Amino acid sequence: MERHVRHFQEELDELKGRLLEMGGLAEDRLRLAVRGLVERDGPLVEKVLVGDAAINQLHIDIDDRCFKLLALHQPMAVDLRAIVAAVKINTDLERVGDLAVNISEAVRRYLQHPPVKELIDIPRMAELAQDMLRDALDAFVRRDPELAQHVLTQDDALDELKTAVFRELLGYMLRDSATIEPALDLILISRHLERIGDHATNVAEDVIFMVSAKDVRHQ
Amino acid sequence: MTTPLRSLSTLTAGQAKPDTPVKIAVTGMNFFYGATQALSDISIALNANLVTAFIGPSGCGKSTFLRTLNRMNDIIPGTRVEGTVTIDGKDIYGPGTDVVDLRRRVGMVFQKSNPFPKSIFENVAYGLRINNLATNRGELEGRVEESLKAAAIWDEVKDRLQASALALSGGQQQRLCIARALAIQPEILLMDEPASALDPIATQRIEELIYQLKRDYTIVIVTHNMQQAARVSDATAFFWLGGLVEYGPTETIFTNPAEKLTEDYVTGRFG
Repeated sequence: MERHVRHFQEELDELKGRLLEMGGLAEDRLRLAVRGLVERDGPLVEKVLVGDAAINQLHIDIDDRCFKLLALHQPMAVDLRAIVAAVKINTDLERVGDLAVNISEAVRRYLQHPPVKELIDIPRMAELAQDMLRDALDAFVRRDPELAQHVLTQDDALDELKTAVFRELLGYMLRDSATIEPALDLILISRHLERIGDHATNVAEDVIFMVSAKDVRHQ
Repeated sequence: MTTPLRSLSTLTAGQAKPDTPVKIAVTGMNFFYGATQALSDISIALNANLVTAFIGPSGCGKSTFLRTLNRMNDIIPGTRVEGTVTIDGKDIYGPGTDVVDLRRRVGMVFQKSNPFPKSIFENVAYGLRINNLATNRGELEGRVEESLKAAAIWDEVKDRLQASALALSGGQQQRLCIARALAIQPEILLMDEPASALDPIATQRIEELIYQLKRDYTIVIVTHNMQQAARVSDATAFFWLGGLVEYGPTETIFTNPAEKLTEDYVTGRFG
């Protein structure tokens, strides 16, 4: 059977490359925002706050590529699923970028107060969210539904951590009203991290759909 | 390649839509042009009032298979068929089959429109006359009008029914041929690349027509155009090297085919 690399395949590979680039940017920004929090590094956080343009540009560029590939090549089967998945993953990654900005804003406010407590669960949440995002993107590149499935199982742990963070900070706020403002920002940050995990979960679900045509959402 | 294909065709044979009645059932068909085997071990059940598309690369046997369904290959010397083809449970290759009656029940539209060099009216009236399907002029005219309407060409020709059919555009000629096929009230309509010689607008008309006709007819269409198969058909059968590789709901074939070969074909990786 004759096999040849068609320019469609090249464009599909190019599209995947852009998505990975976008995923990398989103991951970087999340990491910087959290490091700014843990190391109380204001200037680092400011960098995240001004640097959203590259992700936004990729967001538009990737959608545009998907739109053209659909219109001009009328892809079928696995190719069709790959492009539909790319459109959805694109939106999720852009939201992760936005959430990194939201986290940075909360960190900026938080750093104006003395620390409420030593941070343990929030860095753990950040690490977990980053792992999920990285694994989801790796699963996308390697077309690996098992790795994607692994991402889905991690989401519960992230949700539990968020609940634990909330309970713990509620205690601080009840005991000392001076902690209310910074503690609320930490709660917000944990909420954003949990949302990032949800987006990573969406990406993983899209990977499973792309590879095996199974819709595993809402199960 | 015959051996794996046999098992594949056995695996995926059956109906595309199990909840719909079967109109045409083919079992274990082999077809030969002289010593050359063109089809091997085809088993498939085509559902009534659905559009089934046959797809596959050139020379895969899809047109040959289509033509076995109304015994059009009988007129080619040296051909031989094995296996059974039943329509409504009756073997069309069995003894006592009236082939003329079979072809009345199973109409055919070809790639190249082939109207008779007669008037538009006569093209449609011809089959009615030779089959004695109209008892008087009024009934004949009624049936011609009805057929032209069913083929979505009436409005374009109603003022010039006596004009030559050859003066019509390619797309109009093809719809006239469909009207001619419909006039004798077939149950099944076989279409061999009915739109491949037409421009996009004429193609769209034919596709829309196919969609409307399936209410009353069982339609089988051979097409090279996969997007067309995806647009018009309910079920799709993929042929390769004379074998039936996969058969199922069109949606499945084009979004998530079971066979690697099918996926490679529908995604354009070969063919």
